[in-house]
Order: sequence, then structure tokens, then C-alpha cells
Amino acid sequence: MLARVRTFAIDGVQPRQVLVEVDIRSGLPSFTIVGLGDTSVRESRDRIRAAILNSGFEFPATRITANLAPAFLRKAGPGFDAALALAVLAASGQVPSPALGAYAVFGELSLGGELRDSPGALAVAEGARRAGCARLIVPRQRAREAALVADLEIVGVGDLRAAAEVVTGADPPPLPDPPSGTAPRPALPDLADVRGHAAPLLALQIAAAGGHNLLMEGAPGTGKTMLARRLPSILPELSRAEAIEVTRIHSVAGINAERLIVARPFRAPHHTISPSGLAGGGAPPRPGEATLAHHGVLFLDELSEFQRPSLDALRQPLEDGSVTIVRGQRSLRFPTRFMLVAATNPCPCGYAGVEERCICGEADLRRHHRRLSGPLLDRMDLVIDVQRPTAEELQAAPAMSSARARAVVAEARERQRRRLEGTGASANGDMSVRTVHRQVRLDHDAELELGRAYAAGLLSARGRHRVLRVARTIADLGHRDRVSRADVLAALSLRQRSSAEAAMIP
Amino acid sequence: MNRPGACDACLARAWLLSRLAGHLDVVRDRTLPLLALSDTALIAAVGGARRSDLHRELAAFDPGGARAQCAAAGLEQICRCRASYPVSLAGLDAPPAVLHVAGGLERFLGLVGDCAVAVVGARRPSPYGKEVARSVARGLAAAGVTVLSGMAMGIDAAAHRGAMDAGAPTVAVLAGAAELPYPAGARALHAGIRGLGAVVSELPPGTRTRRWMFPARNRLIAALGVMTVVVEARPGSGALLTARCAAELGRRLGAVPGRITSPLARGPHQLLREGALLIDGCGDVFDGLFGPGASARPERALPALSAPLQALLDALAEGHGTAAALVRAGLDADRGLAALASLELAGRIRREPGGRYAVLP
Repeated sequence: MLARVRTFAIDGVQPRQVLVEVDIRSGLPSFTIVGLGDTSVRESRDRIRAAILNSGFEFPATRITANLAPAFLRKAGPGFDAALALAVLAASGQVPSPALGAYAVFGELSLGGELRDSPGALAVAEGARRAGCARLIVPRQRAREAALVADLEIVGVGDLRAAAEVVTGADPPPLPDPPSGTAPRPALPDLADVRGHAAPLLALQIAAAGGHNLLMEGAPGTGKTMLARRLPSILPELSRAEAIEVTRIHSVAGINAERLIVARPFRAPHHTISPSGLAGGGAPPRPGEATLAHHGVLFLDELSEFQRPSLDALRQPLEDGSVTIVRGQRSLRFPTRFMLVAATNPCPCGYAGVEERCICGEADLRRHHRRLSGPLLDRMDLVIDVQRPTAEELQAAPAMSSARARAVVAEARERQRRRLEGTGASANGDMSVRTVHRQVRLDHDAELELGRAYAAGLLSARGRHRVLRVARTIADLGHRDRVSRADVLAALSLRQRSSAEAAMIP
Repeated sequence: MNRPGACDACLARAWLLSRLAGHLDVVRDRTLPLLALSDTALIAAVGGARRSDLHRELAAFDPGGARAQCAAAGLEQICRCRASYPVSLAGLDAPPAVLHVAGGLERFLGLVGDCAVAVVGARRPSPYGKEVARSVARGLAAAGVTVLSGMAMGIDAAAHRGAMDAGAPTVAVLAGAAELPYPAGARALHAGIRGLGAVVSELPPGTRTRRWMFPARNRLIAALGVMTVVVEARPGSGALLTARCAAELGRRLGAVPGRITSPLARGPHQLLREGALLIDGCGDVFDGLFGPGASARPERALPALSAPLQALLDALAEGHGTAAALVRAGLDADRGLAALASLELAGRIRREPGGRYAVLP
């Protein structure tokens, strides 16, 4: 007899439908799985046999052939166990075969027959809805996560027997908890803890409002990391679509909470990270930190300590907003639209410019700047120096709370969204050169000032565009429709000094 | 003799110094008096066990080969026997036998024969020192005075750059061979100086720099300049040695004052105490060269700044960090960043690595 059931493989972070077919025929007892499965799929034969027997069913002592279609797609992981087991039961007449057709099944089995927690349930649920399945059976621990997808009935079961009973016609068990829509905003570090740092705080707000990449330079202990960790607290919340996307990515990576993620991700990988750890890769390919930071912030602390290959691996993600990984005959796309925030010392010892404290020779400085320069620096819209606050500033009241800054940032984003509708950019930081020319209007004085800076050789052509983007964001924060002279000047002082200038260290 | 640059005896002497470079490095603290010895005495003093070999090698020296080597490296030579040899070097105990010049012998002789001022100082200066050196050199060069220095990083390099800012030639005296940039990172600077001015050395082409060569080079800088200006020097540094040499040769000395808390100011302040001329702009150098009032001191007519900009500039000039200066000038972040950019655009400040702003003199 033949039985069919649908399940889903996770290809990168996307679900791909897989049809499980089981054929039972008289002959010498055997159990074969075909369809390009990896080792864990071949091992699932033994898990399935034990799980079926331990759940009180019969394991047919005949010739069993299972196929995972499409046959060209390489299938990895134990997520097909439950689907295979139910198909075996259907093919041997222990559950009704036609009823099983309405279900998609996802989950790993233990030898005792329990459905084990498996990552990626949200991606599978999205795939099931898209494929038009009515019901999805998932491990009970993942039910709430899968239920984030609307228009799909989620059956969260604890073991194979419960799954078989539901297919046979029993009432599905209620979801573990009524899924409260969103995770509460975790207690993030707040800007109210910051004293002094007036200019860096402004730069953080500009970066958050315009989605600009930000580089912070400063001596050790001045507060670069402290400031960067407060950036998520002023970022606007994720939209529903973004939230689902982020939750799916995190679910596939196996790090999801069970509820919808609404706070923008903040990823701070250590500087020893490998290129594939940062951009994604491995076998099977897994999302890297750049993808986990999708719609959020990727923070690279001690930028100059990262290996060059790792930083080079960020080139494509920064350029295209996605990374393509080719393995064998397959290529996978991981989304990587993140805001890059980096911190670095101004020189290897950290005290460049502080008279008498800097112990770096010229060669050290050159090496340091060579490591920093290149593709990453090219994408930095904002460069801000973080310096030790003065004693008076430490005594003063905090300048700003995160709640207030968040409101200001959200308003500026809203202005941008309205203006940039239909241009493909969602924030000033994403504007293409063409969009910059069309959308950024300067008043007369601003035009003059920018012209002067350009004529004086303070800006490259690319640097000019960066300044225009940032000036547009500063104007948005100040509710101005036209960019004023003060906006251009502030953007100029936050600009990156060209590599020619950086090379003039001696 | 196809190129009447240097005589055979002098070329042999230059070769010998290069050959003995390793031997001399062993006694590097007492090298200067040794340079005055005759060839034989010098071999006897530092030759050690290889004396007879050295004598044999010296006797077999091939001046034609040395000339060809120079030509291949693009250098010209002049020896102390020639009439056009710089007179300023004649006062030395041991004037160099041969000067190897990259960038043109005629040009070099013209530049140092006229009126050359040495600007020297620390290798790791403060941003302030660098800016002062650059601006003084620019002023001197613009007035037609040749700026002379040693191409070391820090003040020396800033002085050369200042002169080149003004589009004027400048002279670098190197410790090792003239065609080899030292420090190696100064390749671009070396090419620039060579193209516009001249690079000189006492040692023949191919000689690698050794430590004893620095004091030897410093004596040449001191002698070639009619005045030596020291910008920032730590006690016991090479720049002070140059100043001492210059004083012994009867050259004028100038020193740029600094902050008394900075070790970089100790050298110049010591010189000031001993009677060096206080330099707070290139006008003082002209006064020192040609007598008080020599320069009309055309005060740069800087455009007046608005009150907050002036307050910010003053705070930066007093040495406060950027954040502290903004607080002092009473500017919030928004206006403060704009004010910094305005000052930068007006050419009043420059951003240093590390985020400090140096006030331009």
C-alpha cells in the first residue's frame, strides 16, 4: 500500500516542500529511504522503528520503501522522522491514509515515540501555509512559534501516538498557552545612564533615524561599547512582516524564544569570528551573524582586530543586502539588511593624539589604518570620536532618555518613509545615488557650504553623497523639508576622513 | 674623468666609511671624533683583526666602479677638494669627503649656498608640534628660504611637507645612502623631495642605515643651515644634538616653546634658557637671520569669527579635548558639530587621528 504526507525541508532560511511517500509490499523485511538524505535521515530508520513499536503500534515486517521527493534536493537533519513514521503507519493501515493528506508533519522522534523540539518550526509553518496545507503537526514545544502564522491550524503534540490519534479523528490538543502576540521588550540598557557624550549621543540618534552605518573611534574605556549597546533601545520597532522574517531566521538558527520577536536584533560577534561565522556558511549552510542581524544591528567591537577575510566576507552583505552561498549544485540566499556599527581604537595602543600616552610608532599606525581601510570603511556614513567625559559632565543630569530618543527617531523614520515611498529605500541610509539626487533638496546656504567643502578637497565624490544622506537625516530629525546650512555642517563634521588624509599621519 | 665630481682619494674615503659601517657601529657613541682620522688611522682604530684585509681592499678600490654605481643609482657626487663644495661644511672637524646628491647637484648647491634653515625635532611629536613645524616651514619656504631637515618621521617630515605645501624645494640629509628612503615608510616623501629639491648623504649608494650615522648626519644638518630651529625635542634626543652642533659651529639657534608639563617641551626650553631665539612664527626666524624688524610681519588677516566660533577656537587652542571644548564654548552637540565643521572649512583647525582637533597657527 502507498501513503503520502507532506513535510518541509529548510533550505537556508526558506522552507521547501518535501513529499514523503512510503510504499509497503510483501517481501523480505527491509526499510529503505531514498531521496538524497544525509546520515541523520538514514539513521531515522532505526528511530522510526523504535518509536513506532514503543508507541504501541506494529512495525510492518515487510519490504518498506520510503522516498523523499523531490529527489534532487539534498535533505539534512532529523526533521522528517515524524512524517516518515506517520506515513509508515498510514501505509500499513494503522491510521487512515486519506485523512493524512490534509496534514503537514514536522518533527524529530525519540526512541520512546516523543516528538522532540526541532528548530525552524516557524519557517515550516510559513511553507505549509503557502503550500495550502490545512493543518500542521509540530512538536508541542514549537506549537506557539508555529502558530504565529495566520490561517493555519497548528497541532502541537507531545508524541507519535497523540499525532496518530489526531489524524484518526481525535480532537487536537489545545495550544500550550494562548500565544500572547509579542515578546515583552526586554529591559535594554537605557540612554539615561549616559553622562556627557553629547556629540556621540547625537550621532547615535542620527544613525538610528537614518539607518546609517556608524564607526566610533576612541581611546579604551571612553564608552564606545557602552554607547553601542544602547543603540537598540532607540531603534524603531519591527513591522509585523519584518518581525516574522526575523523570528523565522532566529527559529531556523535554533535561538528563538517562542514568541514573535519585536525588538530589533543586536548581534555583537567576537573579533575571532570566522568568515563563514559572520556571513553564513558551513555544511549544511547556516545563517551567519550578518543574517541574524537582519533588520537590526551588527556591532563589531575592536574592528581592527577582526581578521581581514572575515571583514572582506561582509562586502557582499553590505552591498546587496543579502549573501549568496554556493555549495555543490545549490546556491542559497540569506537576507542581510543590517545596520553596521563598529568601534575601534584610534591606534594599536589606543591613545593616539593623547600627548605622551601613545606608544605607537609610525609603522604601527600605518598597519592599523591599513587594517581599517577598505570596503568596510567605505560604507561608514558616520564617524564619531568618543572621548572621556569631563568631570562636570559626569556630575550633570542625563541628557536624554531612550524613550524620548525613540520617539524622535520614530518620527524621523516616518518622514523618510513618506518621502521615500516608491524609491526602494526605506531610510536615508539606503538611498541610492539617484535617489539622493532626486530627494535631497538643499537650501541656498547649504548648497554654498557643500560646494566650498568639495572645492577645498575635503570630500570625495562618494563622500559628498554620504554627507548628503546624513544631512538629510539631520534635517528629518529637525522637521525641515529642505536641508539647511547647519545640517550640512554637522554632517561634514561627522564625515569620514578620506584615506588620503588618514595616510598623512607622520 | 668624464664627470668631474669627486677625486679618487675622496671616493675611496667614502667607500671606506661604508665598508667600516659595522665596525663603527660597535663604538657608535664615540664615532664623531673618529671621522676626523686619516684612512690608515681609522682602520687602525676600528679595523680589529681584519686590519690587513682592509688595507688590501682599500688599495684595490676601484674609483671607476664607484662612479658607475653612483650613476646607476641616479646620484651625483662632489668631493671636498672641489671649489664648489659647500663652504658651510668647511667649518666641521671632519667635513664629509664626498656628498652624494639625489635630485641634482647644481640644484642642491644653489639651495644650500643661499640661505638654508634647519627645522628639526621629535619623531613622535604632539599634533601642536607637527602643525607648528609645518606652518613655520611653509612660511620660510614661501619667502625663498630653503628648509633643511632629516626626513625622519614627526617634525622632520612635517617640515619637509610644509615647504612642499608652499611649492618650494627642500633639502633632506639622510643618514644612510641618499637613494634609499629612510624610514622606509617615507617613500612618497622621499620621491617628492627628490623631485623638487635634493636628498643628500655622506655615504655611497647602497649603504644601509646604522645607528652611528645619525649623529654624523646631524652634524651635516647643523653645518648646512645658517640657523637651526628646534620644534619639540625630548631631553637627550638627536634634535638637541643637532642644536649643540649648530651652536659649536656658531650657527644661530631658535626654539619653539611648548607647554611646561610636556616632556616634548623640555629640549626647546633648555635651549631657550641657554639663549636660543624664541620662535613663535616664521617672522622670528627672519628676525634671527636678518636682524630685528627684517620682516614686515604681515599678520595674516584672518576673517573675524562669530562669538561662539571664537569661543570654541579659544577653548581648543587652550588644549581642551573636543568634548570639553564644546562644553566650554557653551555649544550643544547639534550646533557644536556644525561649529567644528565651520572652523575646519575656514582652515582654522584640523582633525587629528584620535579625534582631537589641532589649532592651525
